[in-house]
Amino acid sequence: MLEGYIPIFIIIFISAAFAFLNINLSSLLGPNRPNKEKLSTYESGMEPIGTAHDRFSIKYYMVAVSFIVFDIEVVFLYPWAVSFLNFPKPEMIYSFVIGLIFIVVLAVGLIYEYKKGVLKWD
Amino acid sequence: MPEWLIELLITFAKIAVVHGVLLTAVAYTVYLERRVSAFIQNRIGPNRVGPEGLLQPLADVIKLLMKEDIVPERANRFVHALAPGISIIVALSTIAVVPFGDTIELFGRQIKLQIADVNVGILYIFALLSLGVYGITLSGWASNSKYSLLGGLRSSAQMISYELSMGLSVIGVIIISGTLQLDEIVYAQYGWKWNIILQPVGFIIFLVASFAETNRLPFDLPEAEQELVGGYHTEYSSMKFALFFLAEYAAIIVSSAVIATLYLGGWQFPYLQDFGLPQIVTSILQVLTFSVKVVALVFFFIWIRWTIPRFRYDQLMDLGWKVMLPIALANLLVTALVVLLLK
Amino acid sequence: MEWKLELILFVLLSVMAVFSAIMMVTRRSPINSAIFLIINFFASAGIYLLLQAQFIAVIQVLVYMGAIMVLVIFVIMLLNLQDESKLSEQFSYKKLTSLLLSVLLFCLLGFSVFFGFSGKFTSISGEAEKLGTAESLGKELVLAYSVPFEIAGLLLLAAVVGAVVLAKKSFD
Repeated sequence: MLEGYIPIFIIIFISAAFAFLNINLSSLLGPNRPNKEKLSTYESGMEPIGTAHDRFSIKYYMVAVSFIVFDIEVVFLYPWAVSFLNFPKPEMIYSFVIGLIFIVVLAVGLIYEYKKGVLKWD
Repeated sequence: MPEWLIELLITFAKIAVVHGVLLTAVAYTVYLERRVSAFIQNRIGPNRVGPEGLLQPLADVIKLLMKEDIVPERANRFVHALAPGISIIVALSTIAVVPFGDTIELFGRQIKLQIADVNVGILYIFALLSLGVYGITLSGWASNSKYSLLGGLRSSAQMISYELSMGLSVIGVIIISGTLQLDEIVYAQYGWKWNIILQPVGFIIFLVASFAETNRLPFDLPEAEQELVGGYHTEYSSMKFALFFLAEYAAIIVSSAVIATLYLGGWQFPYLQDFGLPQIVTSILQVLTFSVKVVALVFFFIWIRWTIPRFRYDQLMDLGWKVMLPIALANLLVTALVVLLLK
Repeated sequence: MEWKLELILFVLLSVMAVFSAIMMVTRRSPINSAIFLIINFFASAGIYLLLQAQFIAVIQVLVYMGAIMVLVIFVIMLLNLQDESKLSEQFSYKKLTSLLLSVLLFCLLGFSVFFGFSGKFTSISGEAEKLGTAESLGKELVLAYSVPFEIAGLLLLAAVVGAVVLAKKSFD
């Protein structure tokens, strides 16, 4: 089983080497003539005001939280879906009911979020 | 030579060929995009470097390599350099599980035209896809520029939202093929039974989510050059900038390959195996079929970009959470029900 | 050969895991800590793979690296601790107590694992490879563990409600 994953380790390693090479290549090949204007961050030609590391809307946070919860639910559905086809009929009906209940619970969570306006952007 | 060394060499050879083809394809997708957009807008496009401008990508690469590498003084240098690396590693590694042809026999050896055939194939693609978010989020944060931060934030929220619909839409395919292995999914689409016919709704959701995941128009809010200058890569120059570009186009090609594999029958040409052609001709035709499907999808990506305007951010999030997600859920339940009734 | 390959990979991955864990704890900047935690999760995914649990390994990447750490990075960006020196408090009894407690916990876990399991599980069962696939997990999930499966769904629902309630204040 492990042998099947060796190519994946190799391809990730090769891609990482490619990335490392390219990130460092142009600082070697290109010119290096820094000045103060060049090194300041771009802000439409104005002097940058403050720093960009400022607080931002909590909505992004809510999207990330909702994503985690639903992502875990989707992860539960993968093994359920893979085994579905190969069950004999009675087990398949049982499996369908189990999956249906799980998805309905998921949908309730989603509807709750709609009602509370969590996913509303304006 | 011991057996494991031969296997290792074959793996290296496959990776070399696939990466070589992928990187060349990226260069010419950029060229294609410029020519097609020029055609759509009634311009000519790049035609000076080489015949019909065919050497333009090469000239671009050399130019980008020779440019100065600027890191803003307020940036976090380590993360600033790491972010494009993550993007490109993800884009280049995803291709590992995509089969581009049937098993062939070469020098008396069975060679699978797929770099890694693993039991959890589809999940491997999603796992890498979910890591792609970091490249953009971290580059936005590390640059310490307001445009970059906004681009990075928007993009990460967008990508994680559409990842859900994408994951759910694929479950329909998993139910009807009963496996997570991509080569098995291709075998299951023998003849006319392409998943685009069996799973039309899932296909549309997956396609739309792919556009959002690759940050292409109409979902290119992370870049949105008219309002965010360049989005997350505003503060990048030279090869680091080029890596983001490379990653974006590599992602388009890999997404096309994944869509072709999951929904358009992969390397299958309907009933080609039954024509009685010699083995080697069949194999070549299958690889060609796969290439044609991928190129057609890449062209579709470009065509959409130059035809459809950009979404507003609230429309984008509404589409992801309030339209695509419920439809994907319904699609998966209906698929399971139909499989159950046909049993 | 087979055994040697596993040993090499195990040593590589565990060195990576321990190194990234130490780096994560000692970094000043929260974002660097988070990056090392991501590397740590990657190493643990590799170790799951060595234990033939391929589905768990890929889920480790998908959920921990791809979802939970995204939230952690969002939180770091959201709080944006401007002055990181504020975080580093002076040496105090509080710190000493927590240090002692963590050493104690570490010893407790270490001893129980060492004395409880040493010499017991030296080889991987022949069934392990089959059990680690998504197919067999799905079968078990539906047939043997259907009630825990549904309870997990309810727990996740509770998580959604909890997150909304906690964040609701900021909306109003």
